[in-house]
Amino acid sequence: MNEFYTILTGSLVAISCSLLGSFLILRKMAMVGDAISHAVLPGIVIAYLLGETREMIPMLIGAAAFGVLTTVLIELFHKKARLQTDASIGITFTFLFALGIILISAFAGQVDLDQDCVLYGDIAMVPLDLWITDAGLNLGPRQVWILGVNLLVVLAFILIGYKGLFITTFHEEYAATVGIAAGFWHYSLMSTVSLTTVVSFESVGAILVVAFLVVPPATAYLLTEKLPVMLGLSALFGVISAILGNMLATWLDGSIAGAMTAVAGGLFLLTFLFSPKQGILMRLKFR
Amino acid sequence: MKNPIIEVHNLTVSYNKRPVLWDVDYELPPGQLIGVLGPNGSGKTTMLKTIMGLIRPDSGFVEVMGKKLDEVRDKVSYVPQRESVDWDFPANVMDVVLMGRYNPKHMFRRLSKEDRELAVAALEKVNMLPFAERQISQLSGGQQQRVFIARALARQADLYLMDEPFAGVDAASEESILELLTGMKAEGKSIMVVHHDLQTARNFFDWIILLNTSLVASGPVNEVFTEQNLQAAYGGKLTVLSQIADLVASKAFPLREKGLQDREKL
Ligand SMILES: Nc1ncnc2c1ncn2[C@@H]1O[C@H](COP(=O)(O)OP(=O)(O)OP(=O)(O)O)[C@@H](O)[C@H]1O
Ligand SMILES: [Mg+2]
Repeated sequence: MNEFYTILTGSLVAISCSLLGSFLILRKMAMVGDAISHAVLPGIVIAYLLGETREMIPMLIGAAAFGVLTTVLIELFHKKARLQTDASIGITFTFLFALGIILISAFAGQVDLDQDCVLYGDIAMVPLDLWITDAGLNLGPRQVWILGVNLLVVLAFILIGYKGLFITTFHEEYAATVGIAAGFWHYSLMSTVSLTTVVSFESVGAILVVAFLVVPPATAYLLTEKLPVMLGLSALFGVISAILGNMLATWLDGSIAGAMTAVAGGLFLLTFLFSPKQGILMRLKFR
Repeated sequence: MKNPIIEVHNLTVSYNKRPVLWDVDYELPPGQLIGVLGPNGSGKTTMLKTIMGLIRPDSGFVEVMGKKLDEVRDKVSYVPQRESVDWDFPANVMDVVLMGRYNPKHMFRRLSKEDRELAVAALEKVNMLPFAERQISQLSGGQQQRVFIARALARQADLYLMDEPFAGVDAASEESILELLTGMKAEGKSIMVVHHDLQTARNFFDWIILLNTSLVASGPVNEVFTEQNLQAAYGGKLTVLSQIADLVASKAFPLREKGLQDREKL
């Protein structure tokens, strides 16, 4: 049963992240998830200082708020200072992360937290944190429920907003000339990414989240030139990585998140070598 | 002017405090093919983007069909410069042309059968229908340009603003698209085209805007195409100037006599 929950958790994270990540890599913002994973630190510290608790909910709210702030700053530096998105991402998250560290050291006496234990969960622990009702009913791991709801939010957002995401990702400027609010779509996407990354790190840790945001979409991108197919394939690769990664971890008796990430990377490498369209080996063969 | 299709008044636009359009002021008649000419960097793209509301001017204002752009957006269609997008994007030709049918009021509704029919008709007009299912990454530059034109046509607008729609388009396609635009003009549409070739511009457009940061001239083609105006717009660039001199010399237009008279006066 634990194994099932581990795979389920991994798959829920994988699907949410790879669907959103597909839009991020097409917008050349793949590393925004990595940025958020660092930049939320001050949000957590502030939530802790204000609430003086280590309750999950205020911390999640603080983290998500800083996640959104991160994307706002990235966009601001990119649009107003005309900085490339990658530079703008780098500046923003190092700055916010540093702010978090300063807050922790300034309030050293009061703050008893570091982001490893508060923010970054471990997928191996998920099946242990069960949600048991007052009547004693066991509903399974709490995280699975949270991640399940998050996936529904992501799916609804992409299905309902597909046209808006499609046109603004292809060309923001053209979308604006048609009268579509490009900013609305940008920030809706970024808020969804922020929410997803925050609830996902909390369950499975940062590396796995960043990997699922980037690697399965990049793999799918090599295989197709149709956006809906790319979305489907990247979700599929994410789930395969979760399943095979869990097997690998059991076999090696090693880190589950590490194994899932490694499998995702392995799938990318295989695709890079053997994809019928862009694969290196195919190109060599036909040269 | 009665019912100008576009009015631009005292328009100044700058990037990083450096003005690239300076106090530009004109009105354009409806139902005409309007050419926008000027050397590289003279502000043509900036002017189109400002009309489309993509850039906020430092001063001055623009009215389209006597209204603010937002009130008449459905009736205006824009063709951006081809280089402005990533052509490796996972989409096919039809997907891109259908974007011309997107309406901000119906973003959550699926495209209708009529939308698809209009997109097909637009592709047919630019001779790209056989490529409808082709991925956009697999198109040549000229074909990409025609996809952008088709997307603009699919919008069924009354006013079209096209930024270098013929860049990289072969002569035969250019001619067939020019014919198409003439046909649209006959239906009462207004079309504003940024163009670099003075020869086709002179034969083809009814109205010319000559731009070089400030407005050099705006008027009917025969009035604007004077040596003096062209020199003011392109001045200082020797090769261009000699081409223009050839052009003026090779055409027995009344304006040539006017040009000669001007010269005799000197
Ligand atoms: N985003 C920008 N930031 C800063 N300066 C810009 C920007 N875009 C254009 N410029 C400058 O503004 C001036 C006008 O540019 P614009 O693109 O409007 O010229 P253009 O007439 O369309 O030229 P071309 O014929 O090369 O397309 C140029 O000097 C250009 O360097
Ligand atoms: Mg231009």
